[in-house]
Parts: sequence; C-alpha cells; structure tokens
Amino acid sequence: MAIANPTDQAPSTKKYSLDSGIPPIVGKLAFLAIAIFAILMPFLFDPIAGFMDDSITALAFVIMALGLNVVVGFAGLLDLGYVAFFALGAYSVGWFASGFFADANVHIGVTGFITNIPGIHANFLIVLVAAMIVCMIGGVIIGLPTLRLRGDYIAIVTLAFGEIIRVFAVNGDQINLPFGESAKLTAGVNGITPVDQVQLPLPNFADPGIQLFQFGQLNLRPWYWFALTLVFITLFVVIRLRDSRLGRAWIALREDEVAAASMGVPLVKTKLYAYAVGAAIGGVSGAFQASYLSTVNADQFKFSFSIFVLAMVILGGLGSVWGVVVGALLLSLINSYLIPDIFRTVPKDLFGLDFELTDLGFGIFGFLLLIVMVLRPEGLVPERRRQIELHQDIDAGETSFEVRT
Amino acid sequence: MALLEVDDIQTYYGNIQALKSISLTVEEGEIVTLIGSNGAGKSTTLRSISGLSPIRSGAIRFEGEDISATPPQQIVAKGISQSPEGRKCFQRMTVRENLDLGAYLRNDKAEINSDMDRVFDLFPRLKEREKQKAGTMSGGEQQMLAIGRALMAKPRLLLLDEPSMGIAPILVDRIYETIVEINKQGTTILLVEQNANYGLGVSNRAYVLETGTVALADTSASLRENPDVQAAYLGA
Repeated sequence: MAIANPTDQAPSTKKYSLDSGIPPIVGKLAFLAIAIFAILMPFLFDPIAGFMDDSITALAFVIMALGLNVVVGFAGLLDLGYVAFFALGAYSVGWFASGFFADANVHIGVTGFITNIPGIHANFLIVLVAAMIVCMIGGVIIGLPTLRLRGDYIAIVTLAFGEIIRVFAVNGDQINLPFGESAKLTAGVNGITPVDQVQLPLPNFADPGIQLFQFGQLNLRPWYWFALTLVFITLFVVIRLRDSRLGRAWIALREDEVAAASMGVPLVKTKLYAYAVGAAIGGVSGAFQASYLSTVNADQFKFSFSIFVLAMVILGGLGSVWGVVVGALLLSLINSYLIPDIFRTVPKDLFGLDFELTDLGFGIFGFLLLIVMVLRPEGLVPERRRQIELHQDIDAGETSFEVRT
Repeated sequence: MALLEVDDIQTYYGNIQALKSISLTVEEGEIVTLIGSNGAGKSTTLRSISGLSPIRSGAIRFEGEDISATPPQQIVAKGISQSPEGRKCFQRMTVRENLDLGAYLRNDKAEINSDMDRVFDLFPRLKEREKQKAGTMSGGEQQMLAIGRALMAKPRLLLLDEPSMGIAPILVDRIYETIVEINKQGTTILLVEQNANYGLGVSNRAYVLETGTVALADTSASLRENPDVQAAYLGA
C-alpha cells in the first residue's frame, strides 16, 4: 500500500539522466589506449616474470567476475556457489585434455608428442566449447530449483550447489565410471596433472628466442595474450547481451519481478538464460585456469573462491561491466602480487612483528570491502542506475507478490 | 461473444483461498469496474486474468479462447496488459525505458514509436519527464507511466488496478479523464477501484465483490442508485 504523497509533487524537477556526461569518443579512446597497453605489456617483463603469472591469473578472474556479474549484477540473482562452474570448466579440461582416462586413446585436433599419450586429448578450443556446454547444463540444473525462490533463499540453494560439486570433486576418485576399468570421475585432492598445453592454430614464428605462440611453462606470454583475447571476447559478449532485449529483460527482472512479468517478460526463460550464460563464462575461465596451472585439483574449489569472485563484483560495482573488470584486476593483483610479493615483510620491517602479511590476506580483503561499502556503496565504477538509487533516495520498489509461472 | 469471460474461478495464495467464485464478462468497447473493500478479491481477479496468480478451477476465456493455463507473457502477447497494483514502475529506469519495456514482446519498431507518441499525447507530463528516472516522479506521474507502459503492449483489453491509490485528487481526475479517452480510442478496459465514486463514474457496468465472490452485478448507473452500495461504498 503506497502512502499518499500530500503534495503529489515530484521531489525535484532536476533531470536524472542516464548519460554519463563523458562524450562517448573519450570513453572509446580510453578503452583503445588501455587495450593497446594491455596487449604490449608482456614486452615490459621477462617471459617468466612473476608479475606475468599474476597478470594471467588476474585476467582469468576478470572473465570469472564478468560471468558472475551476468547472474548477480544483471539479473539480480545472488549466487554463492559460482565456484561450481570453475570446477566444471576445469574438469572439462581434466576429462577431455589429459591422460586421465588412461584406457581411452582419442586425439582430436592435437599435434606433437601428445598424440603418443593415451587418454582423451582434444584441442583446447574444442575443450572450451565442451566446458561451456557442461557448465550451461550445470547452470540450468542449479537454475531450475531456484525459479520459485527469492533473494536469500536463492543464495542458500546456490551455496549448496557449489558445495555439492566440491564434495563430488573431492570424493570423485571413489566413483567408478561405467567405461574402462580405471576410469574414475575425478582424481580427488591428488589432482589430474599434467593436463595438455594449449595448442592454437596459429603460425609459430621461427625465432627460437621468442616463440611468440609456443605455450609452455617457460614462456608465459602466449598464456597472457590468450587470456586477454578471452577477456575481450567475454567483454564483447556481455556488453552486447546487456544492450540486447534479453539484457533489458534481466534488468527488468532485477528491478521488479511482478512488473516484468506484467510486461510479458518470460520469467523462467530469462532467469535460466542468466544462469546458463553466467555458467558458460565461468566454465571458460575454469578451463583456462586448469590448463594454465596444468592441474585439476579438488582443493581449488573452495567456498572462499565463490566469495572472492563475488567480492570482485561488489567492489567493482554490481551490474557495471567496467567496474567488475576493475574490481577483479584489483583484488586479484592485491591477492597474488601486492600482498605476497611487495608488502609481505611489512609487519616485520616496520613493526618488528613475527608474522607475514600473507597471513592476514582475508582480513585485508574484509577491511577493503568494508571501506568501499562505507565510502562508496555502489562500487568503484558503479552502474549508473544503482548509483542513482543509492544516492538519491529512490524507493527501488518492493516486490511483495509471489509470481508463479 | 464477450471479449473476456471469467467463469466461476477460484484462486489461492498457498492454502488461503482468495477467490471463491468469480464470474464476469467484459464486452468489446466497454469499461467495466470491480468495486469492493480490501480483501474482496479485486486485485486477485486481475492477477488471475493476467496469469500472475494461476487459478485452481474455473475458466478464463479471451475472445473465446481458454487462457486459464497460459503463462503471463503469452497472455500479454494475446492482447491483455495490466497496470499492476501499486504501479510498480521500474524505479531506476527512465520514463522512456519503462515505456520501451511495455513493448517488450513487440518487434514493429515504427509502430512502437507511434504508440509512444500516442502515450505522450495522452500524458503530456510523461513527455516532459521522458529522460527522468521513474522513481523520482510523484505517485500520480508514476500511475500515468504505469498506464502508458501497459498501453505500449498494444492491448485489446487493458487491466487497471487501483489507478487512484495514493494520488492527489487533482491528478486522479486527470487520470480518469484519460482513461475515458483511452476507451474512446478503442481499448476495452477492466478497472479495479476501491474509490467507488471514480469507478462507477466512468464505467458502463460494474461488479461488487465481497470476500471472493460476486455480490452484485449491474450497470454502473443503477449501482450508484442502489442504497446498499451507497451505504457501503459511496459514503452516502
């Protein structure tokens, strides 16, 4: 029941425009400059520099966070079990691009010494597609039971889903698959290792000193460029989706489910698409990271991973594509570069204390999140809608009815 | 054949029965009003018709076709759209974005634009506030937006839920004038209104709902003369 506004005047006649005030050309040039810098950055570092390693991890997290942002930021469905798609994507690599199924002898699109190793060895590009399909199915499976739920309850179901996948991963070495004598579901905490190196259908420049596109442990540059390419593709996809009819449906759903349904937005389909797209993107990142780390280990798929990615999305700005990129880069680099490499010895050097800064990792993240939530609750680079809501006292509209479909 | 036929429907919220037996018809070109007190089932009737609250028994027919089990988005596509209770504008979207979403299921871009102009003609206030966030507008303006948004679906039957709720009287008058205008332009309207004066004032026929059943059904003119209705709903 709305309360009568005695004057029935709009609070203010000031126009609240969605335009950012920055001319689009400036934004485009800025993006171009950053993109060029990102492409050329590896030449500033040694091919096996630690910072290269950290940057590759950060880019993988950017993809992950962009995927989670589709579910949480665009469609407004809180997901606390996103690690499930990291796991499913990673296991797609473990299953389809390693010697894990030793009884099989399948080689698709791979060259070199891998062809002599038993197991299923598909080209990484094929594995990427497989990972997306596996994750989309997983996404729909988690989506279906949440369709009748709201808010906190969705969060609990997704949390459980993430844990179920982890428990399966840990105990998968006890689960026999119906084909082959030694075929198990996973390798548990021992991990499936090694997995195949990425092979791309690209020319390999013959300069042995550089070997631009030879993926390997001693040359991280191709990994970096590959991750960067995946980031650009993901950015393109999520921005196009956001501006599409489906994107508008997601945002309508997030703003007010009843109103969206009244407008003819199909709730079931729209939610399932959000889960499926988010899952597929998470799977891409999971597959990449498994391949990069050359292991698929059940220990990787902890609940804290989901929270870490969620923190990136919230810190950057829920629903804001660029904000999420910033949030992911920042948190990932703080986690893997600033804390362990730069400021690790600060407590000892400055205060003479007997511990290292890495021991405080999560404490530092908690503190950072707290500061951001107090000073800038809409995130570092907020989505315009949310910023307006949080700073101009707009009632975001209660959704008091249950919608059945 | 009536445009809309509601035949003895029952609707529940969980285990609570909200509609016990509602039957009504709406003929092409009419304005029909549902009046009744809080909890009589007025809004639930509209939600049942638009598919937001599925019915448990009975039947709803639109142009002779049974739509009892049709999901909301297909009902909108068939030509029934709703301005929901409490307006429910997308608060963080601009007026134009709200109207765009009203046309969510349509693809005819040129016609969408001309319908948008039509909405702006009906509600010049919305044109003035085209780029403003819905949440920054007054209740009356948001009600205009909710009606305009429902019109963007190009409905044959428009469902309006309490257009006078929580709005300054001067704006209610303007909104009701516009409702009559929309009807004159050829859209059939089923109206839910707690303020019976307004509801009976503009409609051809009306139904009085009490605790999930139809208590009275008559032309609006004779209901206004009915002593029981006067005592209960018109404050006479």
